[in-house]
Amino acid sequence: MSNVFILADFLDGKPTKTNAELATAGARIGSVTAVVLAPVGKGEAQASSLATGPISQILIVESDYFSQNGVAAVADALAQLVTTKSPAALLVASHAFGKEVAARVAVRTDSGIITDAVDVSSDLTATQLVFGGSTTVHSKVSHGTPIITVRPNSINAELTPATPVVEKIELALDENSKKATITSSKPPVQGDRPQLTEANIVVSGGRGTNGDFSPVEAFADSMGAAVGASRAATDAGWYPHTHQVGQTGKSVSPQLYVACGISGAIQHRAGMQTSKTIVVINKDPEAPLFEIADFGVIGDLFAVLPKATEGVKAHKS
Amino acid sequence: MKIAVCVKQVPDSWAEKKMVNGTLDRENVDAVLNDLDEYAVEEALRIAEEHGGNDEGGPNTVTVISMGPERATEAVRKALSMGANDAILVTDSKLAGADALTTSAVLAGVISKENFDLVLCGTESTDARMSVVPAMLAERLSSAQLTFASSVTVDPASGKVTISRVTEAGVDEMYANFPCVISVVEKINEPRYPSFKGIMAAKKKSIDVRDLAAVGVSVTSAWSLVADSAPRPPRAAGIKVTDDGSGGEKLASYLAEKKLI
Ligand SMILES: Cc1cc2nc3c(=O)[nH]c(=O)nc-3n(C[C@H](O)[C@H](O)[C@H](O)COP(=O)(O)OP(=O)(O)OC[C@H]3O[C@@H](n4cnc5c(N)ncnc54)[C@H](O)[C@@H]3O)c2cc1C
Repeated sequence: MSNVFILADFLDGKPTKTNAELATAGARIGSVTAVVLAPVGKGEAQASSLATGPISQILIVESDYFSQNGVAAVADALAQLVTTKSPAALLVASHAFGKEVAARVAVRTDSGIITDAVDVSSDLTATQLVFGGSTTVHSKVSHGTPIITVRPNSINAELTPATPVVEKIELALDENSKKATITSSKPPVQGDRPQLTEANIVVSGGRGTNGDFSPVEAFADSMGAAVGASRAATDAGWYPHTHQVGQTGKSVSPQLYVACGISGAIQHRAGMQTSKTIVVINKDPEAPLFEIADFGVIGDLFAVLPKATEGVKAHKS
Repeated sequence: MKIAVCVKQVPDSWAEKKMVNGTLDRENVDAVLNDLDEYAVEEALRIAEEHGGNDEGGPNTVTVISMGPERATEAVRKALSMGANDAILVTDSKLAGADALTTSAVLAGVISKENFDLVLCGTESTDARMSVVPAMLAERLSSAQLTFASSVTVDPASGKVTISRVTEAGVDEMYANFPCVISVVEKINEPRYPSFKGIMAAKKKSIDVRDLAAVGVSVTSAWSLVADSAPRPPRAAGIKVTDDGSGGEKLASYLAEKKLI
């Protein structure tokens, strides 16, 4: 049976939900090997933290260059493993880091790359949603090892317990992968809310909040949602840039996206248009975001959100 | 310093886009300079200006590099009118529908002949949105990769470049020595509007148009193939209510009905 590599995805040392999604996609094609690229001494702990998803093997490479040199070092190790082990495909989480790693591995192994897939089938056909989600594209890599980056939160993960065989591999990294040095890393401020790109529900605030995100946060918390923001809100300093949704922020595709006081500029839509259900609260009936809303409330978010929060709480109790 | 900025001409973000024969139909839409590349042009000019400028005979030059159809000269001209010195445009019918691997190979083919200290890029093009070309360029050129920069500091004497890298994984402080490939995020600066003087001057600046043979890169078959593409059904018209004091409750009921809470 063929073997599919997934690059194990960690944020601030903790495994993300995306691992089980990548494994689920990979298992349609063959047995799944998760590649864990960890700091020295941390490999086994990180491997055992990959507890869910159809993962049958874990390959661990330990090196402190991964955190010191970032993308280039990780790509170097992964390219070496792809070259020596010839997997049927390599699946990587589609975020900035994952896409850059995949890009370098594609060059190194002379392989085709498809980014931002929302689905991957057993014959390695990738599904992408392009042009702001208006068009579906099916494509296949036709040269080398198919390298596909998969959008977090797109594939329904099989949450079976992983029972992998673990193997440790020694690799020497190329000098070319050590040319940029990371002197410090600050993980994103997480708080108690779910991670934006992984959340099932995202509630976002825009310029309409006028700087007061408390009704947005209260509504988000009533539903266990992550909080997002438009660029107008992050630029004004009302909410951290790491929460920006849109073309130059994060792309999210949750089950439910609630936009509060956001007009719907094309750059904002680019990051949320593939959400399954879209709710818009805006006092301007002409706000363009209403065009793609499944449910729209024309009204003042400061009046609507507190009532909606009460309604959600009442429903839950 | 010799600074290169890679730019792409893209369909206007607002234009309706559609697929023809497996690639984006670029013929029938307005084309503009990828707006995320404007930040890279601006940053290149600022780096040059901070260290003696890029006037004729000065210590720095800013060269615009692009790959695209002949009409991409318009986007290149815009970068020149912002203040870049000269430009190289690779245009060849064999490049129609080129993907990121081909694009990066062609750009690397041009760059590797010129000994640039810095190569700047935007983080992505607004049409393809892959965000992979800068990393591919760094790999192909064996240059340091300093990408997703929200600030860039250059010391030309020592050749050291320091950036803050901002991604969903947080903020990294990083440094490397020349030559570097840098991509910049849109928070880094406010791109200047070309002045009238800049626009007039750009008309006289040279754009060196090359074909693939001149670059010395051959294009092999595609690395990936589109099987099919189809417009998705438009979202069904939604429900819209005007808040009369009950909008919040109605929203909660809708969410309950849809089993979203
Ligand atoms: C290169 C580039 C990249 C960009 N990237 C992004 C990006 O990643 N993400 C992003 O979001 N934007 C991005 N933008 C900016 C984008 O163009 C818009 O400017 C931005 O999205 C507007 O944010 P907004 O909708 O919050 O503000 P506005 O457009 O000002 O809209 C505010 C809305 O709030 C409504 N409102 C006001 N008060 C209330 C109230 N009390 N109750 C209810 N509604 C109210 C108003 O009717 C209005 O519709 C980018 C722009 C550029 C040029």
